[in-house]
Amino acid sequence: MEITSQQFKAVSSSKLKDAKLQKALKQAKGGFVVSRAKVVKELDNFEEIRQAASDVRDHCLAHLDSYLEEWERRAQEAGTVVHWAESYEELNSIVVQIAQDNQVKKIIKSKSMVGEETGLNQYVEGHGIEVKETDLGEYIIQQAGEHPSHIIAPATHKSKDDVSELFAEKHKRPRLDDAEKLTHEAREILRPHFLDADMGITGANFMIAETGSTVIVTNEGNGRMTTTMPRVHVAISSIEKCLPTLDDFALMMRLLPRSATGQVISNYVSMTTGPKRAGDKDGPEKFHVIILDVGRTRVLGSELRDALRCIRCGACMNHCPVYQNVGGHAYGWVYPGPIGSVLTPAYNGIENAIDLPNAATMCNQCGVVCPVKIPLPDLMRKLREKQFEKKLKSNMEHWSLRLWAYLALRPKIYSIVTRVMARIGRILGGDSRRIRRMIIVGQDWTKNRDMPAPSGRTFRDIYLNKMNKR
Amino acid sequence: MRVGLFVTCLADVMRPSIGLATLELLKREGCEVIFPEGQTCCGQPAYNSGDRHTAQEFARKVISEFADVDYVVIPSGSCGGMVKTHYEELLNDSPEYRARAQWLAARTYELTDFLVNVLNVDSFDTTFQGSITYHDSCAGLRELGIKKQPRKLLDRLNHVEVKEMSGPEQCCGFGGAFSVKYGDISSRIVDLKCDDIEATEADAVVLGDLGCMMNIEGKLRRRGNHKTKVLHIAEVLTGLVGNETE
Ligand code: SF4
Repeated sequence: MEITSQQFKAVSSSKLKDAKLQKALKQAKGGFVVSRAKVVKELDNFEEIRQAASDVRDHCLAHLDSYLEEWERRAQEAGTVVHWAESYEELNSIVVQIAQDNQVKKIIKSKSMVGEETGLNQYVEGHGIEVKETDLGEYIIQQAGEHPSHIIAPATHKSKDDVSELFAEKHKRPRLDDAEKLTHEAREILRPHFLDADMGITGANFMIAETGSTVIVTNEGNGRMTTTMPRVHVAISSIEKCLPTLDDFALMMRLLPRSATGQVISNYVSMTTGPKRAGDKDGPEKFHVIILDVGRTRVLGSELRDALRCIRCGACMNHCPVYQNVGGHAYGWVYPGPIGSVLTPAYNGIENAIDLPNAATMCNQCGVVCPVKIPLPDLMRKLREKQFEKKLKSNMEHWSLRLWAYLALRPKIYSIVTRVMARIGRILGGDSRRIRRMIIVGQDWTKNRDMPAPSGRTFRDIYLNKMNKR
Repeated sequence: MRVGLFVTCLADVMRPSIGLATLELLKREGCEVIFPEGQTCCGQPAYNSGDRHTAQEFARKVISEFADVDYVVIPSGSCGGMVKTHYEELLNDSPEYRARAQWLAARTYELTDFLVNVLNVDSFDTTFQGSITYHDSCAGLRELGIKKQPRKLLDRLNHVEVKEMSGPEQCCGFGGAFSVKYGDISSRIVDLKCDDIEATEADAVVLGDLGCMMNIEGKLRRRGNHKTKVLHIAEVLTGLVGNETE
């Protein structure tokens, strides 16, 4: 997917004014946060589980090479064809090659964020092969020609009204207003595609080394149909999604649905180990897994390594005050919210997403909910340090900070300057004791807010005066 | 007990009443309060903007200024969090300063934490009366675990009623430089905070961080709300409020 993160500031400002989007975001926000809080409360050892999961992910990343090898060996023993892709282009062309080798005309697809990274749909369609997204959210945005705005709820930026309109237009049927009826209509439209598709593409939430399996965690039956109905199944994933054992997977499953949607368990958990065997009732004749490493190995050896623990639950964005108000598209790439603000620059180069690590209040509402304890604000700060080292900060920011630091490290001058500033500020504040318009610095503060004026004397001044009088 | 007062750069310049109220609270409890005159800032602006080197200079400066006290008290969760939870990591390339950062962190307290957990203060002499709603500023809450402390203190005031808002832990959108660099987003976040505050109909919103106070006060006033007071908890506990201390 093309990256547009450099437009974050302008896009986010326009998103704040987009009444339709704001309505949809408001509807979405409460739901996930409230239901997560409820199920987390039901467990009395949630923090212990989080720690254990974080440890497992760390262990796995520390021995990733050997777990991936083990996974590959087991997968091959089960009859899976394993491919490794070191670029987006490579992954996409492997998919097309598999499709061409198997005379595939139509592909049904279940959600995959890796597929979003590589721009898979467009590429495959460019080779004359039809692709149908079958996850309801993905189906909606495919119809609308958009990108996901959330990693587990891709169409969360759309209200029910938007969907009603979209379906009426695309399906050329009468407009429906009921969510259930809309879902039903999408199913009806999709059903024939399930029956005549030659290939199914899914993502994989995890790859389990000890069994050589891939796993998908979903709430809709489409995932299971995509893995079992077509002749060929291709799962795409990335290297960091490996887990050593089934027990580890069980541990992740105590956290993933709870953190994501506030469910104790997702509606479906589908594990695939190789293609259909003799005697199996269903399953694909051929099963390919393509594993991507774009950026991952580099991040593994960097200070941002903790970010690779991510299990893509979406809790960090659901709880982020910035995401809650601007939505996912403003972030300009595949992964939005706090984890996106780390992964986007980490995978695409920090100079291509300067705003993202800065556009955060450092409130850490993300870090405290992350099921694998990724210290997201600390990682964003590390990226800010990298930006500083590479001199990517604006001149204004750079010089105002330099000036401030120069003064604040020299207390004598500082005390005089601040005494004068406090006076001037007091005068500017006038009777209302508020500054309504600031110039040079802080214009953006006073655009929509007042700046309370200083009260006129510094604490230092008052305190030292008192002491001298004694 | 020698208590170092770190008043914070923002309170020093913008709202000295917070420092005066803190001083008053400590003195009433019989602390010997030390105010190192050269103090300025904890270095957080540099730290959060990625200028690690400058942040280290500030950290070393603060560590040296508070080298001979039993405790350091800071009327801010954000600056307290900086000293207590970030200095050690920041100075980890110097074993000497790293150890001194640990030493300082162990002695540093956010004001309400100090009043409740070190001094066990159980009564306050204050002129403040009315209903209040308490906003949990992010760093205090998530870095230092400041949640019950201010509420315990407020509970001990006779003429104060606490009315909780629906999301007291939701960020106000300040975020230091964020509030200026991403003014539109920051302003929207604080707008929602103000909705929540106003829904309680409390006379005042009370908190422990001046940055968030300025953000909230600035927004309330721009919205035309001139009624809801925005107060630091030290001001509430002493009755020394805002501009009246000049
Ligand atoms: S960073 Fe943590 S909270 Fe965010 S999606 Fe990944 S696992 Fe979930």
